[in-house]
Amino acid sequence: MNKVLCDVAIIGGGPAGLAAAVAAKEEGAKKVLILERDNALGGILQQCIHPGFGLTRFGEELTGPEYYGRFVEKAKKSGVEYMLNSMVLQVNHEASEVICASSEYGLTAVKAGSIVLAMGCRERTRAGIMVPGTRPAGLYTAGSAQRLINRQNIMVGKKVVILGSGDIGMIMARRMTLEGAKVVMVVELMDYLAGLTRNRVQCLDDFGIPLKLAHTITRIEGNERVTGVWVAPVDEKKQPLSDKAEFVECDTVLFSVGLLPENELTRKAGIKINPVTNGPEVNQYMQTSAPSVFACGNVVHVNDLVDNVSEESATAGKYAAQYAMGKLQGEQKTVNCVTGRNVRYLCPHKVDANQKNGKVTLYFRVLHPEEGVRLVAKCGGDIIASHKEFRVNPGEMNHITIETDKITSDSVTVEVEKAGE
Amino acid sequence: MKKEIICTVCPRGCHIQVEGEGDNVISVEGNACKRGFTYASAEFSHPVRILTTTVKIKGASHDLLPVRSQSPLPKEKLFECMDIIRGAEATLPVKCGDVIIPDIASTGINIVATKNID
Amino acid sequence: MMLKTDVVVIGAGAVGSAVARELSKYNVDVIVVEKNEDVGGDASKSNSAIIHTGYDAAPGTLESQLVVAANPMYDDLVKDLDVPFSRIGAILPAITDEQFEKLPEIKAKAFKNHVYDVEYKSGKELLEMEPNLNPEVKGGLWIPRESIIDPFILVQALCENAHDNGVRFLLNTKVVDIKTEKGKIKSVVTTGEEIETTYVINCAGLYCDEIAEMVGKAEYKVVARKGQFFILDKNTSCQVEHIVLPIPTKVTKGKLMCPTIHGNMLVGPTAEDQDSKVDKSTSAEGLQSITNDVKNLVPGVNVRDTITQYSGLRPNRNPEGLNFDMWDDLEGYVNLSGVRSTGLTLSVSMGKYVVEQLLNHGAGFKLKDNFIKKRRGIVKFSECTIEEQDALIRENPLYGNVICRCETITEAEILDAIHRPLGARSVDAVKRRVRAGMGRCQGGFCGPKVIEILARELGVSPTEINKNNDGSYMVTGSTR
Repeated sequence: MNKVLCDVAIIGGGPAGLAAAVAAKEEGAKKVLILERDNALGGILQQCIHPGFGLTRFGEELTGPEYYGRFVEKAKKSGVEYMLNSMVLQVNHEASEVICASSEYGLTAVKAGSIVLAMGCRERTRAGIMVPGTRPAGLYTAGSAQRLINRQNIMVGKKVVILGSGDIGMIMARRMTLEGAKVVMVVELMDYLAGLTRNRVQCLDDFGIPLKLAHTITRIEGNERVTGVWVAPVDEKKQPLSDKAEFVECDTVLFSVGLLPENELTRKAGIKINPVTNGPEVNQYMQTSAPSVFACGNVVHVNDLVDNVSEESATAGKYAAQYAMGKLQGEQKTVNCVTGRNVRYLCPHKVDANQKNGKVTLYFRVLHPEEGVRLVAKCGGDIIASHKEFRVNPGEMNHITIETDKITSDSVTVEVEKAGE
Repeated sequence: MKKEIICTVCPRGCHIQVEGEGDNVISVEGNACKRGFTYASAEFSHPVRILTTTVKIKGASHDLLPVRSQSPLPKEKLFECMDIIRGAEATLPVKCGDVIIPDIASTGINIVATKNID
Repeated sequence: MMLKTDVVVIGAGAVGSAVARELSKYNVDVIVVEKNEDVGGDASKSNSAIIHTGYDAAPGTLESQLVVAANPMYDDLVKDLDVPFSRIGAILPAITDEQFEKLPEIKAKAFKNHVYDVEYKSGKELLEMEPNLNPEVKGGLWIPRESIIDPFILVQALCENAHDNGVRFLLNTKVVDIKTEKGKIKSVVTTGEEIETTYVINCAGLYCDEIAEMVGKAEYKVVARKGQFFILDKNTSCQVEHIVLPIPTKVTKGKLMCPTIHGNMLVGPTAEDQDSKVDKSTSAEGLQSITNDVKNLVPGVNVRDTITQYSGLRPNRNPEGLNFDMWDDLEGYVNLSGVRSTGLTLSVSMGKYVVEQLLNHGAGFKLKDNFIKKRRGIVKFSECTIEEQDALIRENPLYGNVICRCETITEAEILDAIHRPLGARSVDAVKRRVRAGMGRCQGGFCGPKVIEILARELGVSPTEINKNNDGSYMVTGSTR
């Protein structure tokens, strides 16, 4: 078996892995090695050829390839090493070892001072949301279709219905239209748009694509290729009103119905997973329940902006490097982050209160949309941080920054308050 | 002519009413901030969009080169531009930012590569 | 051009495949005609994947005889043909007093079927064996030889082995007529070539009544009985280690929960009679009824962890019952009908039975001395040890290229699936051979790659790659 030693091993060469690698190098780690299953670095951004990336980080609007291109350049300049076409099969954190398979290098055991999980996420499927009907060809997740169209030069269909008004769904509506397909409609279960308004304007309205809010696909028809779907409105409990279902002819259905952190390796390694985010529990160093293993990006929780992923991943890379160099091994005082009113989850899930002068940004999502609110972090009854927001909604991540020195009890609660209260 | 424009400058998404004649804006209502005013006026008279797509690579059947318009294109020209791009071919090697199609559809705007391919 | 053979087997489902393989032990020429693009049939590829003991069959029937005979045959068969199989055993818990009172009757029936290893277990014992069982359980039966199998590989293996022993397979070929002459079979007319033959064995399952009609033996009608199923993620929170069966009713064995041979959980099926032989859709109501019923057995079952739902059609018949028919006025014709939920199990004993009957009726088949008993399966990279994996990649670097991330399926395995006898030609055929796309992302990740590999290996454009049968094209063209 091929054996490799490195300071920091990073699983995944997408935006998270790249940012972590660059940061680990900057922190002083000597050998940083990315293990990437694809034939190139960049991860999912390779197929995200549309603009909209980098506004926060670079102050300009970049396409996916331009965004990751900048990180690849930095990584190569700083001497980050990488193995392509290499699929990680196992993470053994006790042995601080990662096993991966590769045609080029054979089966490889990578021994590392620390490991960073940056595997990203995968798409929820038609079966995952239990859409009844037949199982014909022509049903794709939006991301699979995007890969085929943007990377493999393959067109998936001519007449399309899209389920889900998340950004990927809407971006694929525009993409399919530009490539000559007819997008019949975008169907959204909720009574509000799941993605950004700008995408509704530029991807749907620009091309006259109807958006059916508070509707869902109740049945798929067709034995060989899909011939159409039944689309019905839903009541307040999201139950379809089947008697009002309408048949919509199409040869393709794209499902853009959510992303799930990809944690097969994490689970197998016995690392603690948070049931709400479906990702590993981490502290402000992005350190998991296995001290030598760090995690970042969509493998921890699904982000809306890659800019956030890069930032969070840089944190993971920095501390993974420190860990590998024998720092960050002092005693931690672990404080739990607790979700309060209208907060669905918090990330990081834990904070080490022993960090001196630490500033920790807690990212979170709300449960339901709300206007005129104040975001508050409390510790032992005291407010330790707060700020106003005009509007919060589940589709957009919020954050609040706390100072570790202000932590006085064993938990920090974050909640959304009505601003007037 | 009256037109409702959904502002995309920030997530607030104001529904802005713009009234005007031809390219001339007469009134703008419903915007919460100045940026909304600018956006809505421009969107009323000259809506523009960044176009992103792919270009065939000479000699390769699978690989595609991702490209973009260097700056936003007139919205009404998007399909015309797509027709031109469909017929184009890029020759390797390509660097991110290389001009693949200059002055597309006489807009003065170049279609450029968004990725390095050796 | 007219093809010539001794025996035409209609249908490459479990029964047709087993019949063909049994015949391939003899010095007869056999052609299998299959309307689908792949072997594996219809009902044979969408069922509960259980090898039954026959404990609950109607005693004294052909079905009882064949199921009871079949079960022990699997020990050797799965070794010879390299088919994933496990004797995990079934438990039949009585949750209500009414069900508890039925147990003696069920046990007595098992004994009448010569299934003597059925045992009583107390509620406590059952809960120890199966902690996620309904804690109300009063007691129940333990049926140790009820087993699980990979039904796709079983049929593929039977066919590949039959193929290795000289059986010809005509796929994508539908029988349109059967010609007889003077009370004897003469030929089979297909959408491909016409086949002159001495024997026809109707193993057409759902369509066996239509075949029977071609020779004027339409004495029954096939009634498709739909069964809907859930497959749950390997990580699902609530799992079982055995087949957990409900106390059967007259209509069906009921809705069960069991592990699949690959470690998922299977939950179902419904039993819904319908006119259509093609409608294999799932319905919200059907799926809901599965959840409701199985919760009685395993209250914690979490169908939200489903990775797929499917339905299969059991080729039930009216009048009911498994039937083997030959007629004096139609020499050379064998008709099998009413092969239902026990069909997968009894396929192998049915193979033997059919051949015995033909021999008894004067067929002069002689055993070959060069019969190849064994089939080489596809190496499963994911089940190998690290050392074995290392060796595999050294020998063939394509084992290092993982295509399906959920199930860890490599390019080498996919190429083996494509290039072996009766190899995969479609995305589903690849999936059924090596499980690429059968995991939790359902081909989201590997699907695009599998299309590319199939197109490359078969030397066709991706637009010619189907999901399964003609018309199920995956993609429509190139973008540039």
